Amino acid sequence: MKLSLVLALSLLASPALADWQQTLQAARGQTVYWNAWGGDARTNAFIAWVGDQTEARYGVRVEQAKLSDTAEAVTRVISEKAAGQDEGGSVDLIWLNGPNFLAMKDQGLLHGPFVADLPNARYLDLAPGSAASVDFTVPVDGMESPWRLARFVFTYDSARVAEPPRSMAAFVDWAAANPGRVTHPDPSNFMGATFLKQALIELTPDASVLQDPATEATFDAATAPLWDWYDALRPNLWRGGETYPANESVQQQLLNDGEVDIAMSFDPASAAAAIADGLLPDSARVFVPEGGSIGNISFVAIPYNAANAEGAEVVANFLLDPATQAHMQNIEVLGSFSVLDPARLDEAAKAAFAALPSAPALPTLADLGPTLLEPHASWMTRLTEEWTRRYVK
Amino acid sequence: MSLDLDALCIRSADGVSLFQPLTLHVPAGKVVTVMGPSGVGKSTLLDAIGGHLAHGFHMSGTVRLNGRDVTGLPAEARRIGLLFQDALMFPHLSVGDNLAFGLPASLRGRAPRRAAVEAALSQAGLAGLYERDPATLSGGQRARAALMRTLLADPAALLLDEAFSKLDAGLRGEMRAFTFDHVTSRAIPTLMVTHDPDDATAAGGPVIALKAAPPP
Amino acid sequence: MNHDGRLLRAAVLAGIGLGLITPIVIGLWETGRAAFGILPALGQEVASLEPWQALAALPGIGTSLRLTLITGFGSTLLSLLLATGFCAAVHARMRPSAGAQMLTPFLAIPHAAMAVGLAFVLAPSGWIARMLAPLAGWDRPPDIATVHDGWGLALMIGLMVKEVPFLLLVILSALGQIPVARHMAAGRALGYGRGIVWIKIIMPQVWPLIRLPVWVVLAYALSVVDMAIILGPSTPPTLAVAVTRWFTDPDPAMILPASAGAIVQAGIVALAVALMLVAEALGKRLGRWWLRRGGRGLSAEPGLWAASAVTMALMAVGVLAMVSLVVWSLAWRWSYPQILPQSWSLKPWTGAQDGWMRALANTLLLAGATVGLSLALAIAWLEGEDRARRARAPWAEALIYLPLLIPQIGFLYGLNVGFLQIGLSGGIIAVIWAQALFVFPYVMIALSDPWRALDPRVIRVAAALGAGPGRRLWAVKLPMLIRPILTAAAIGVSVSVAQYLPTLFMGAGRIATLTTEAVTLSSGSDRRVTGVYASLQAGLPFAAYLAAFLIPAILHRNRRALTGASAP
Repeated sequence: MKLSLVLALSLLASPALADWQQTLQAARGQTVYWNAWGGDARTNAFIAWVGDQTEARYGVRVEQAKLSDTAEAVTRVISEKAAGQDEGGSVDLIWLNGPNFLAMKDQGLLHGPFVADLPNARYLDLAPGSAASVDFTVPVDGMESPWRLARFVFTYDSARVAEPPRSMAAFVDWAAANPGRVTHPDPSNFMGATFLKQALIELTPDASVLQDPATEATFDAATAPLWDWYDALRPNLWRGGETYPANESVQQQLLNDGEVDIAMSFDPASAAAAIADGLLPDSARVFVPEGGSIGNISFVAIPYNAANAEGAEVVANFLLDPATQAHMQNIEVLGSFSVLDPARLDEAAKAAFAALPSAPALPTLADLGPTLLEPHASWMTRLTEEWTRRYVK
Repeated sequence: MSLDLDALCIRSADGVSLFQPLTLHVPAGKVVTVMGPSGVGKSTLLDAIGGHLAHGFHMSGTVRLNGRDVTGLPAEARRIGLLFQDALMFPHLSVGDNLAFGLPASLRGRAPRRAAVEAALSQAGLAGLYERDPATLSGGQRARAALMRTLLADPAALLLDEAFSKLDAGLRGEMRAFTFDHVTSRAIPTLMVTHDPDDATAAGGPVIALKAAPPP
Repeated sequence: MNHDGRLLRAAVLAGIGLGLITPIVIGLWETGRAAFGILPALGQEVASLEPWQALAALPGIGTSLRLTLITGFGSTLLSLLLATGFCAAVHARMRPSAGAQMLTPFLAIPHAAMAVGLAFVLAPSGWIARMLAPLAGWDRPPDIATVHDGWGLALMIGLMVKEVPFLLLVILSALGQIPVARHMAAGRALGYGRGIVWIKIIMPQVWPLIRLPVWVVLAYALSVVDMAIILGPSTPPTLAVAVTRWFTDPDPAMILPASAGAIVQAGIVALAVALMLVAEALGKRLGRWWLRRGGRGLSAEPGLWAASAVTMALMAVGVLAMVSLVVWSLAWRWSYPQILPQSWSLKPWTGAQDGWMRALANTLLLAGATVGLSLALAIAWLEGEDRARRARAPWAEALIYLPLLIPQIGFLYGLNVGFLQIGLSGGIIAVIWAQALFVFPYVMIALSDPWRALDPRVIRVAAALGAGPGRRLWAVKLPMLIRPILTAAAIGVSVSVAQYLPTLFMGAGRIATLTTEAVTLSSGSDRRVTGVYASLQAGLPFAAYLAAFLIPAILHRNRRALTGASAP
């Protein structure tokens, strides 16, 4: 009895919780400028909803700085550092992952580690090597907090296409049979680079080298089959491979316009969501290559000079709340899969996830097959550079 | 009241004098006419007297009103009225507000100011036209309104710059008589530049020929 | 010159110097330093040529340069040719005021909104293709690059849709200062055809009056970013877009070659203007030789009609683009090959309501502040000239055009660094300041001519009636000039609403305006929401023009001389 009381008291007074109370206090009244890609209306609406919730619960307002490319926010922090503005910076929270995270982490542009301080981090599987603890093989080290799960999927119109290609290798024959009906976003864009990475993982002789930083030697050897494949594919791409859609949203619009037959996304629910929004025909469906597809996690990070770091932590914590994650996974809201570890949820939270509505175009986890690991971030950078060197004249 | 010019001379930006130095005396209620070939600088002379000289012109000599040197004063402080061949009514104001524009601020109160304008309007045969758009007046009405506007400002002298040249022949005589009657009754020294000899005859005062300065 | 005038002029000069010239100089200086490798934030302290080598080694840089030159020069020269031909063909048949009214929608709509509309109208699955589809039997959109094409043709069409009307307006107003009808009669009496009189007699008189606006058009076309993102080629893009991308690259080291690229962009514009001067001198010589030969045989008539036809076609495409914005904003499903939406909905408006209301509020705030500041400065400048009774010095005229001739990308990055150092970046003040750099010149240019056209004798009469300088300004000049002042304000509003780069760079992405949102959304998947933003973006300047027309008409409804029926 006595012992348990002491235990309870010591738990209550644990430094972490006390710190969190301080954080909540400091955060009250702050306005968090969340720099997030603004190309998706449903994500924008979700972020607005998050702001309404945090303002009501914690007195923290959220303003979305809508980016057309996440790099804009990174550049902004860099130019603030350039001008010696080491506090009161204009960016409080960034939606990022992969190379942008690596760039900011390497240059000491991030606040943290802070993830372990978030009370809702207890719902995450943060064991070394788990999906939420590495970002493109780079250890997260508590410098960014996960918020939505991403899986690479293709979208097609089942009314127009009977049989989509079943593997990356099959794209070559499929495109030859349907010239001009397939393309991919520009590889300078995240999604375009992911298309190349998905093919690389499937085509390269030994996929395990992709988990280490790329070197001259490993890069050339590992990517040789990829370039052969791409050289065969490119002539039959939309516009003869002379031009590419800027990002996946533009390509989804091309699919809706009937200019191409295949689009791609990092969100398995995107097709169902787009149908609900009137942005794709009802016959749109999702497919993944037979060997599975790349998966990763979207994170939020806080710049080192953020003016409202406490508020940003409160928002990051709110994003990990099981109720928030269930709301996010609702196909009528965003449809993004939760980042929480189901094993760590209580019964009520599990029931909330189980009760979410479904839709014809929404794949099940089983439909999606195995998740392929993201290569080390250096591969993406090099792939983009090499692609540009080869094909941008 | 009187208007005196003393060795008034105007040089343009390149230092050339426009006309030979001019000295003249305009007694109260009299009209002195200045004539001269076009381009000699008749209008520039009036600009100099009224205080409106453009940048680049340089003036020497003095302008005196009632013996007081006004050469250094800005136009608005000189109390020298100005009439052009166009009536130049302010297009955004009603006829009555045009007249009220020149009323001295010393006349206070809405009612007395309105009364002064209404009186001037009836004097000019424009009774009841206070609210009218000046653009809808006839040429003669406009000319009379412009004169009344100038007189209401209680000028110490009056400058007429080809003031009658745009009126048609019948109206011209009428307007001359109307103007000169007012000048005489109010004893305002008046200087008129014109190239119409009939203007000079009607004015009845001395006529001065403005002569171009000899080339340097 | 009285004391008051001197103080006013000093204040204006200080305002122009500190507010307008200093930012440009600082911006160019900081950008130039980075272009030569000095960027202390990245630990780069030593001047070097490495950024230039890095720039030269970037993939596609040669193509980017070529695209910039082709689209910039191509669109400007074609626009000039079309506008001239159109004026020659229809000038005698058109009242100038009718022409101006017809052109207003084209001038009012921001480049980005026009580009968003054109991107749909011209696309292989777009409106024109849908109209042709039943005839051509396209059950799928043809695989032809009509937007984002490798030659930049779509970008050139977009620029021309905006530039031809602008040049038409400029040429029409220049023609107002020339006795065209009499010169035409004299020329034709001497046996020259209409088109030839136009080329040999009228245009040589028009050119000096439109030279500066043509330079501005050329500088703009060479360095446009928003329209080039939406319509231009993307792999690789034009230089200005490429430089913008490099400035926002996740790798901060890219700022160095980006700065070098920005300096190249500024250099291209400077060279282009120099080239225009050389061409003008050559043209004078050749023209004189041609004139003296006295040839009369050549007929330019078919050329004039071709120019008119192409101009009308461009305008028709522009109208389609504007209409398509509104139709999209009211559509739900509108798929190929339907000519009209299958289902209509107000959801695009209601769903994005919070977003567009905030963007609209920011846009209105920025337009109000920049136009207010610019008008105040312009009026102070013109009043200062009046009080000093001076004409404008040529250097002062050049100063006004300066911000319009230097490409924005050339100094905005550096200016942002400068603003950061004084703690001004990322706020509304910084955006207002940066936008005002471009709003002020247009307001000043729009106001100068009507201001000077005011009969100076009216002002002298007011002075003779005892009105001091303050009363002359407030009670006489400003009320008489209310129409041109409001027109200048409307032009200012349309310039402010259209600003993309200054808002993006100085606002740290926090200041969302209709334009930044429309450009961002144009790279998204929802044309309907983009249509909402672009419709608002186009509607706002149009409303400003309408107000500039209606307010004076109502204020001066009983003042015939001011209602525009007959100029005072």
